[in-house]
Amino acid sequence: MAFKEALESGKFVITTEIGPLKGTDISEIVELAKILKGKVDGINVTDQQSAVMRLGSLAVCSILVKKGVDPVFQMTCRDRNRIALQSDLLSASVLGIKNLLVISGDYPTLGDHIDAKDVYDLDTEQLIWTVNRMNQGYDLTGNELQGKTDFLVGAVVKPVSDTSESFELQLTMMEKKISLGARFFQTQAVYDVEAFERFMKQAAQFKIPVLAGVIPLKSAGMARYMNKNVSGVFVPDHMIEDMVNAKDKTATGLEIAARLLRELRELSQGVHIMAIGWEKKVPDILRLADLG
Amino acid sequence: MLLSEQKPFDEILGYLEHEEKVFILGCDGCAQASQTGGLPQVLEMKERLKKEGKTVTGYHVADFLCQKALVASRLRPLEDTIMVSDSLLVLSCGIGIQCAAAMVKKPIHPGCNTINLGGSRGEWKGYERCLECGDCLLEYTGGICPLTVCSKGLRNGACGGASNAKCEVSRDRPCGWETIYTRLKETGRVDMIKRFIPPKEWNKMRPRSEMLSTPIWALEQRDGSREERPG
Repeated sequence: MAFKEALESGKFVITTEIGPLKGTDISEIVELAKILKGKVDGINVTDQQSAVMRLGSLAVCSILVKKGVDPVFQMTCRDRNRIALQSDLLSASVLGIKNLLVISGDYPTLGDHIDAKDVYDLDTEQLIWTVNRMNQGYDLTGNELQGKTDFLVGAVVKPVSDTSESFELQLTMMEKKISLGARFFQTQAVYDVEAFERFMKQAAQFKIPVLAGVIPLKSAGMARYMNKNVSGVFVPDHMIEDMVNAKDKTATGLEIAARLLRELRELSQGVHIMAIGWEKKVPDILRLADLG
Repeated sequence: MLLSEQKPFDEILGYLEHEEKVFILGCDGCAQASQTGGLPQVLEMKERLKKEGKTVTGYHVADFLCQKALVASRLRPLEDTIMVSDSLLVLSCGIGIQCAAAMVKKPIHPGCNTINLGGSRGEWKGYERCLECGDCLLEYTGGICPLTVCSKGLRNGACGGASNAKCEVSRDRPCGWETIYTRLKETGRVDMIKRFIPPKEWNKMRPRSEMLSTPIWALEQRDGSREERPG
């Protein structure tokens, strides 16, 4: 079942993601496509994740299409102006890519080309708006397209915030993105399920599919690092303790992820598993959560 | 106000590698305020170059190097000294350096880098900055400019990068959109954020053609003509 149909069917939707490597070796991507095919409803392909230059999302999405996997083409606003963005949307369309996830993108100074010129010609909301114009058969300036696009466009939301202003602002941004055409949301990684529940109580009014983000923990150090450096990630102390005390850290990390999946299943319409190097273990997590 | 900082001394020495005699030109305007090209810095540069074996033929600190007519009148009495020099080292902003280059038929070396003030104009020291974008959005953003207050210059609202109300780009910097949100809330206009701001017409940010043909511009062009250059 394609990603869009899975969303519309009302089933519990499972997506995961692949981060292309720096270079032309695609053997791992081909292998992951084989491993994940049939296990998930869609695979996001990140776009120069963390502002680190890599193989492009468009090319990898195209490979996934050929391998029979439905990709979610992630597009950031950081690197391309409106001409390049729209052209890539047309390219994606003819390559059989049907789903988009639109984000602003980490600032260049956070990546490995710190002297790069940032673009942000369009912001996230303007890009969502542009996609919908193209779906209607027009480019951003109103010129008619010879053959329109038909994208399902999604966006991200940060469900847990450290200030009330940020929390309210995220809900407002969510509402705005929906008003411009966003049809699903994937979230920042959730560890504090109660906080996520508070968010979902507010977000329920929008009646839109939300796929809760899950990042399996590999170590206590990783959890502490994310708490310190990654916006919107709050790993509770007891989870860090579990990782510290774990005899088999991999097994414990996977078990915590599976537990999160089971709990989030009660609260959201799906999950988005960001395995960050553990992509091959995604089927194991799903099995542990009785979703495999 | 243009803010400048002196280039690393080794970089300046590199410019002068194949030259012996240099004339130093400073500016009593912004470069003086930046402490990069006022009299003390010009004298200091003179001593440092002498230590490196260079001959400093002379120096001058002009009131405003950005005014070409003034530069021409001030440099004329020094013409002989300038013309025996291999080059001029100019300690000023980029405009001053370009004015000097337009007025003197000698190689010109920039002694300073002009630093981006990020939309700050005049002597204003606060957070309020203007990029002169030609299509003001302040109506929708609580009177706080999203182009300058947000690191990414996002027009429609926050990204997800803030932590404890600080920006992902620099934790020393407040999240611009949380600042805007707070202001809108204080003034009962929070719904302004829901209004869609369409793609920006960056074309309006470019100087209009008439801005490049004002009387002052024309005067500067005439004063900068080749015939009137010293030498």
